[in-house]
Amino acid sequence: MNLIAAWFSHLNETTGINFTVFYDPFDRARFVQGFLVTLELCGVTIVGSVMVGILGAWGQGAASIWLRRLVQFYIQIFRNTPPLVQVYFFYFGLSALLPEVKNSFGMSQPLIGGFVWASISLICFAGAFNVEIFRSGIEAIPHSTLEAAEALGFTRLQTYRQVVLPLGLRICMPALTNNLVNLIKTTPLAYAIAVPELLYVCNQIWSDNENVPEMMLLLFIIYIALVGVLVFIMHRWERALRVPGLGL
Amino acid sequence: MVEALLVIDNLHKRFGNVEVIKGVSLTVGKGEVACIIGPSGSGKSTLIRCVNALVPFEQGSVTVLGIEVNDPKLDKLKLRKHVGMVFQQYNLFPHRTALQNVMMAPIQVLKRNKAEVEAEAYALLKKVRLEGKEHSYPGELSGGQQQRVAIARSLAMKPDLMLFDEVTAALDPETVGEVLITIRQLAEEGMTCVLVTHEMGFAREVANEVYFTDRGVIVEHAPPASFFTNPTDPRTKAFLSQVL
Repeated sequence: MNLIAAWFSHLNETTGINFTVFYDPFDRARFVQGFLVTLELCGVTIVGSVMVGILGAWGQGAASIWLRRLVQFYIQIFRNTPPLVQVYFFYFGLSALLPEVKNSFGMSQPLIGGFVWASISLICFAGAFNVEIFRSGIEAIPHSTLEAAEALGFTRLQTYRQVVLPLGLRICMPALTNNLVNLIKTTPLAYAIAVPELLYVCNQIWSDNENVPEMMLLLFIIYIALVGVLVFIMHRWERALRVPGLGL
Repeated sequence: MVEALLVIDNLHKRFGNVEVIKGVSLTVGKGEVACIIGPSGSGKSTLIRCVNALVPFEQGSVTVLGIEVNDPKLDKLKLRKHVGMVFQQYNLFPHRTALQNVMMAPIQVLKRNKAEVEAEAYALLKKVRLEGKEHSYPGELSGGQQQRVAIARSLAMKPDLMLFDEVTAALDPETVGEVLITIRQLAEEGMTCVLVTHEMGFAREVANEVYFTDRGVIVEHAPPASFFTNPTDPRTKAFLSQVL
């Protein structure tokens, strides 16, 4: 660790290429903190949006026309508006309608903080696409397979859990991976409402050190790595789900 | 006459403006085998789909063991515990092994003990002569093997009535035989069966009664001996002369 710090310090002194995060403890601490926030944001929104997708796809096939319309309305809103506008809508629009609370310093602050709003809005954004992705998987299942489940006495919920989801998931896996990759790349929007995620802390760091190109390079590398890890996991999962003799 | 298990009385079914079943009545006794034959589009498949409430119908009555199917308050689950169905395209769950396909419904629907169901599933697969294929996925099995898994899957629910909807129509001539052996074995054990089929030879051997349908009505029905040798209706004669 010390060797690395010494090397980057030396690099800065000799060439002016300034990766402060590798030798300056203060910058390193906030950089790591920002990275952790980004990780958390990715984790929360991936899990949340997949759940929204599953529930929404279930709702799309519901008997109640109002539930189906509600899901359709939700999809249209969140698929057809820019995600940045959505983040602003939640943080400045909805948040303003909620009561404020006193924090531990006795100052008033919004009931729901930036991180939660960013999570909610990104879950809604990616969730709308996930609903459509799951729907495409579900609709690819032959009707006759579902009829067989019905004839065996499965309830709709049992059919959904035992047949529709496992089959639909296998079909829509590539599209789902795509959307989750997009979601990871959309998380820096949280920067716009001052969530201290990776882009936000990098901005602070380059404002203090005037090392924009270096920090930009780091940002690129980290997002490539994050997406790479996600794609790796998804491909492993896809392989694990593969069924012999089934062309999926 | 044995005790009636399935009674269809004046059944009418329409899809939009097309009436596909125009007043069909038939009775199948316990342990009997009824074969329904007839040209494509004559409403055969729709008829047996009405029996386990896969398609609703407008008029008439279907009772299975006294359960009225044409009842808005019908407990479909209760009906389907009594009625097994096997489809033309097998319709196995492709993401589950043969054994799991057989085990799913008893565990999920009947909430039965897994170990018990598993033992029965092995026995059922043995019965349909698929020993050693328990852990194969449907995609790894031939059509005939898949269809026998489908039969075992229905039998796992211990139904009182089995419906077979052209179960050999998608199979090549060589594998048709292995599926028919299984059905014949069931019939011999006293299972009540309704078969929609194009296998005239098979109908002749196993059926107690053969029904000929055309354009939504039963044109003629008789025990196979007289049906195939002495058809009375000209439409039956024309059909039989083409297929036999």
